[in-house]
Amino acid sequence: MQDTNSPGIVTPKTAHFDTPLHLKSGAVLENYELVYETYGELNAARSNAVLVCHALSGNHHLAGVYEDNPKSVGWWNNMIGAGKSIDTQKFFVIGVNNLGGCHGSTGPASINAKTGKSYGADFPLVTVEDWVQAQARLADYLGIDQFAAVAGGSLGGMQALQWALDFPQRVRHALVIAAAAKLTAQNIAFNDVARQAIITDPDFYGGDYYSHGAVPRRGLRLARMLGHITYLSDDSMAAKFGRELRNGALAFGYDVEFEIESYLRYQGDKFADQFDANTYLLMTKALDYFDPAYEHNNDLSAAVRAAKANFLVVSFTTDWRFSPERSRAIVRALLDNELNVSYAEITSSHGHDSFLMEDRHYHKLVRAYMDNILR
Amino acid sequence: MTQLPLTQPLAEQHSDGADEFTAPTQGVPRPDFAAIAEWVKPGAKVLDLGCGDGSLLGFLRSARNVHGYGVEIDDLNVLACFSNGVNVIQSDLESGLQSFESGSFDYVVLSQTLQAVKQTEGIIKEMLRVSKEGIVSFPNFGYWKNRLQVMAGHMPVSETLPYQWFDTPNIHNCTLGDFEEFCRQHGARILERRVMNGDRQITLLPNLLGMLAFYRFEQQK
Repeated sequence: MQDTNSPGIVTPKTAHFDTPLHLKSGAVLENYELVYETYGELNAARSNAVLVCHALSGNHHLAGVYEDNPKSVGWWNNMIGAGKSIDTQKFFVIGVNNLGGCHGSTGPASINAKTGKSYGADFPLVTVEDWVQAQARLADYLGIDQFAAVAGGSLGGMQALQWALDFPQRVRHALVIAAAAKLTAQNIAFNDVARQAIITDPDFYGGDYYSHGAVPRRGLRLARMLGHITYLSDDSMAAKFGRELRNGALAFGYDVEFEIESYLRYQGDKFADQFDANTYLLMTKALDYFDPAYEHNNDLSAAVRAAKANFLVVSFTTDWRFSPERSRAIVRALLDNELNVSYAEITSSHGHDSFLMEDRHYHKLVRAYMDNILR
Repeated sequence: MTQLPLTQPLAEQHSDGADEFTAPTQGVPRPDFAAIAEWVKPGAKVLDLGCGDGSLLGFLRSARNVHGYGVEIDDLNVLACFSNGVNVIQSDLESGLQSFESGSFDYVVLSQTLQAVKQTEGIIKEMLRVSKEGIVSFPNFGYWKNRLQVMAGHMPVSETLPYQWFDTPNIHNCTLGDFEEFCRQHGARILERRVMNGDRQITLLPNLLGMLAFYRFEQQK
């Protein structure tokens, strides 16, 4: 991929933390590591840092490539880079793999110092609030008192919102993209089907598959296939695959016949090869649990009262998993609190995945917003 | 929403390339903006419906230090608002103002947009719901030059009505008299009226000599 505006070759770093982290569940992580990447330079005033939070299957690798693998392009490479919407010539951008992740930060596959074995099923469930606490410690470690912006899409957008609630003094702008203030019942239902696919895989071993030398690939693959369907729109699937047949004719069997089957199985296989099943379970739970209004009598406006940040809220017209209506609910709560907020509803055919896609208008909006941050 | 540009259109900017937007024109304010600003108390909370590129809100922010939000449906205008650093909520006026709490604004402004709105009654009702006062401006269809053109057998085309009959977004043109009658019938009490012709205020025969009408109104108590 020829992209002169990409941050180029990047190298992840690891931060080790020995101060125990008290999780929302009541569990305590005595020590942990967070893997992160940075792009651009922190200015002398330390005022240009942007934290980008990742979604369900994302990680700290936002942009650029790794030296040993030219195909390892970061997941938001179209958004982040020199001269891009989140311009690394102006901003010091940080990506961090969340706790419980499977890309280097402490997670279920990590070795538990107490037992000398992988945490497996013993790894505590972590929430969006816990992630934000851990990210705040990384900010301390990097000497950043206040972020110019915290940004994220989907589950990442939830973290951006939570940041503004938990650390109002530390966030000047929150970019909440394709997110929701809580999942709907339908959304939780999809997540649970995905989890059941993993948990009922005979290779799951109650979450301790590492010590059995097994991987619940079938479950993880199904979970991903299901998820993938919900991230696309009916229209985009119709346009991309329609009823195209792999071999031009019906085969009257259960092997791949339709192109969409081929695509989904490929996506499922690819994902199962590189993602950890326990991490997938835990991330979907974090999604399900997120509901800042819950402790405020389900009044989101009351929940948002603590926030001081300026907000950019973005939704996509064909996103039915995190629909525009969910974003509008966030906007209403922000307006009730007289916070500065702008809201854009992007016309896109790509469903929930739109937030990751190259889209001129969407990228121009983010760029215009980010440019104003520095004015 | 289409906001009719009184001076130069600000949205020629969608060419290509990088940083196409410039800040709103400095210097002499648009006379219609200045007229609205005169009615707005400093520090007020203002909602601008069909806010276009956000230049009115930008002006009110610098002239009156208002805390403002715009509502706009058009993508390019939303982008321009972003560039101009104006809060904008992308949504369709015609479907109401559900995002906004009742009585949450000091002023709701509908600047040169009324004539292009489909749900005229609905919008005025929503304005009175979310705000203490409404401010509306619109091109006076009763302006003598418009009347002359109609008398001559043509739909009027003028500075404030710059469209041909076949491409105009203006579907609900009205005169001063029409609007005042409308307010009487819809529970809106007119607090103040101003009629302009360019940057001149018109007091004599306003429905004939006025190009642009401004009204400030509230819910009939």
